Amino acid sequence: MTEVGSARRRKEDARLITGRTQWTDNIQLPGMLYVAYLRSPMAHARIVRVDTGPARREPGVVAAFSGRDFAQEQGSLPCAWPVSEDVVIPDHPPMAVHEVRYVGEAVACVVATDRYKAADALAAIEIEYEELPAVLDMAEALTDTAPKVHEAGNRAFTWRFGNGDIDAAFRDAPVVVDRTYVQQRLIPSAMEPRAVVAATDGDAFTLYSATQIPHILRVMLALTTGIPEHRLRVIAPDVGGGFGSKLQVTAEEVLALLLARRLGRPVKWTESRSEGNMTVHHGRDQLQRISVAAERDGRLRGIKVDLLADMGAYLMLVTPGIPLLGAFMYNGIYKMDAYDFGCTGVFTTKMPTDAYRGAGRPEATYALERVMDELAAEVGLDPLELRRRNWIRHEEFPYTTIANLTYDSGNYEAATERATTLFGYDKLRAEQADRRERRDPVQLGIGVSTYTEMCGLAPSRVLGSLSYGAGGWEHASVRMLPTGKVEVVTGSSPHGQGHVTAWSQIVADALGVPFEDVSVMHGDTAVSPRGMDTYGSRSLAVGGVAVLQACDKVKEKARQVAAHLLEASPEDLEFAEGSFRVRGTGAGRSIQEIALAVFAAHDLPDGFEPALDADATFDPENFSYPHGTHLCAIEVDTETGQSRIRSYVAVDDVGKVVNPLIVEGQVHGGLAQGIAQALFEEAVYDADGNLLTTTMADYLMPTAADLPDFVTDRTETPATSNPLGVKGVGEAGTIASTPAVVNAIVDALRPHGVHDVRMPCTPERIWRTLAGVRGGAA
Amino acid sequence: MPRITVTVDGVTYEEEVEPRLLLVHLLRDRLGRTGTPIGCDTTNCGACTVMLDGRSAKSCSVLAVQADGCDVLTIEGLAADGRLHPLQTAFHEEHALQCGYCTPGMIMAALDLLKEDPDPSEEAVREGLEGNLCRCTGYCNIVRAVRRGAQAMSGREVSAS
Ligand code: FES
Ligand code: FES
Repeated sequence: MTEVGSARRRKEDARLITGRTQWTDNIQLPGMLYVAYLRSPMAHARIVRVDTGPARREPGVVAAFSGRDFAQEQGSLPCAWPVSEDVVIPDHPPMAVHEVRYVGEAVACVVATDRYKAADALAAIEIEYEELPAVLDMAEALTDTAPKVHEAGNRAFTWRFGNGDIDAAFRDAPVVVDRTYVQQRLIPSAMEPRAVVAATDGDAFTLYSATQIPHILRVMLALTTGIPEHRLRVIAPDVGGGFGSKLQVTAEEVLALLLARRLGRPVKWTESRSEGNMTVHHGRDQLQRISVAAERDGRLRGIKVDLLADMGAYLMLVTPGIPLLGAFMYNGIYKMDAYDFGCTGVFTTKMPTDAYRGAGRPEATYALERVMDELAAEVGLDPLELRRRNWIRHEEFPYTTIANLTYDSGNYEAATERATTLFGYDKLRAEQADRRERRDPVQLGIGVSTYTEMCGLAPSRVLGSLSYGAGGWEHASVRMLPTGKVEVVTGSSPHGQGHVTAWSQIVADALGVPFEDVSVMHGDTAVSPRGMDTYGSRSLAVGGVAVLQACDKVKEKARQVAAHLLEASPEDLEFAEGSFRVRGTGAGRSIQEIALAVFAAHDLPDGFEPALDADATFDPENFSYPHGTHLCAIEVDTETGQSRIRSYVAVDDVGKVVNPLIVEGQVHGGLAQGIAQALFEEAVYDADGNLLTTTMADYLMPTAADLPDFVTDRTETPATSNPLGVKGVGEAGTIASTPAVVNAIVDALRPHGVHDVRMPCTPERIWRTLAGVRGGAA
Repeated sequence: MPRITVTVDGVTYEEEVEPRLLLVHLLRDRLGRTGTPIGCDTTNCGACTVMLDGRSAKSCSVLAVQADGCDVLTIEGLAADGRLHPLQTAFHEEHALQCGYCTPGMIMAALDLLKEDPDPSEEAVREGLEGNLCRCTGYCNIVRAVRRGAQAMSGREVSAS
């Protein structure tokens, strides 16, 4: 074992740093046409009339269609997660036919010989709307008099979960803290905009898409369009980030296939950023009411959670499941006697929400870690001490939580110890006390977040019990080639994570071959026929384990051949550094020699199939549970509302680490996104339901100048639920950092009587919050 | 249609272009230089950054006709004689990219930054790259890479910032 654990530089980089990339928008096919969409300028309206005729007469235009032209064949965009008995899944035509329900919904399209001409001709389409009332506020939407987004009403579903006697926990509780938090709506903003290319020879179809989920997409597109699954190939070429936003079956993907079929020519559509901000699914958008009951000494008795979750106008691929991924996380790392969770999904006339980095778990962790700080203030304890009194101690694992998950391992003490040391916790607390004493206009806040998350999605049985439409396994194949090189096929489809490098490291160790001798293929259903793709920090903990298991099978086959060639019994062979040796003698065969022998097939054991390859499909028995302690120090200017992150320490326990460089990179990026939610980003709709943050000038993603350098470190408590001992790291930083930052801001302002600042905590919000508690006019 | 002459990564092209054609679309759609990507439509992201006559420019905010007679250097032309530019090596070594979509623009913007300030502090790199967005890396490793690249380019030690 030398490769696993080493900071290998990535194999992926060579192409990416030289521009030899294969983004979907790069693809040019002979005769290819460009598609542009006309989108609804209204949040809610009936379509009275559409005439695409005039657009068809514009230069370069080959065709123009409205929703009506595809009404018979476009089907309904799928929702794969009917979460409850009462769930309402409205019809969701890729191009609206009768009614539009959010600004940006596609109503017509133009297909032309270049992208400029396609865009130009949109203006010639004649369309008439009859405006209907917008539905924007969730609480209002649920009232009897509210206008309806859909015939069936604005309630998408209700979902409840509970364990223990919650009434007893709250009855006579010495301390109850009851808070409501707003999880603002976010725009995932992967740097590569979405793009799709579809081509057909009349019978078979190929779809290139900037997607995280080529495999799921293929199945869902086959079901939606009626194109037989075996005639449809889906390719995810280089994909420029996803963060959940490319975990979707989109209107533009369905329509690309239909247009290619209708016109018999390849078509391409690439979104502009402004189009994307309106029409790539959004994230978060929940109203969270959380109450905790506790003893005077801070020990938790129970937690009650009530959510309103904004679905937007339709249920997309996993829209209603997102808040439920948090349902099992509102208890975090803490012990308590009772837990109660309820969620109502609400339709509004906004872009649908769906998975965004962390998906449900950041929301849960935010509310919990925020309320823990409120409780600490209430009972007069240091926030870390309160957490210590409640968390699961390391000797208590495996531990079945009040939410009925079994945490296999963890060491919250160790991570916290390490984090406080790196942070200089006591010193910063002393400085804080000093500034408070001096009534310094610039106050120091210290934010704590001791998080865990469930990842490695997911045990198929658990998904089944939650009514999800598919399993959570992952597939890999490993084949030794005649010359001893190795090809790996993975069902987990990367978009920046570094699968190729990490898988090469796993294979190099397992088969004793050089790192350079391994190549990894992915993201094309013709090459990688089975897979469940990439999301939910699952790639390594599920897909990586499948790779390891396939290697183990290959090795066992090779052992049979080695034994035959060495005239020994397989049990007498030991495998080290890529060679089988007969114990106690020097005689041996390298795995490369065996690969060649298998290829030649001249002298194999009786009945041995001449192929040194294997498939494996791993279905985890449990989730994995990364955890960690994040500490943030923020200076807040109480006169201007300006804040500045002074230091940020993240100590994460993601189990065994295959590549520390990749792990650190994932943490960095996750932190940036979590901090962005805390301080910068919000998708804003105006009172008419127009999205105001359509550009990168309005939707403020942090730049390098907005973020600090992060201090990161790790503790390593191996997961016991998989043979690699890994837990997953893709979302940890995002989950932990949002509450750490807001806790720090509130901590800075608590002496001023502030108990909450709504995210994003912009200088203006901070200033207004302070003005509010001071009783001044804001 | 106007006729322009433009040199891209050492190759001279003569093209007839619509006056409104953006340089980035000329590069990508007409000349097949797809190494330079597009990330936005409001000149905010910097993904499309190239060197135009030796200074960095967002190629989505330049018309092809404005590039008439100019020399354009893209990420694809940066490695000379098959040898990576020190900044490219530094991005690789410091793991300064994940999906890589922002990388061409980051590297070209950094190149320009280092012309002005061959030994930038951490602060200066962060300020200098303000026009380039990355959604994956959280910027830490990009900052490290730019300073490492600077060091390699000038053969100096990176001074503490
Ligand atoms: S594409 Fe040029 S700045 Fe975004
Ligand atoms: S590496 Fe993905 S946007 Fe920068």
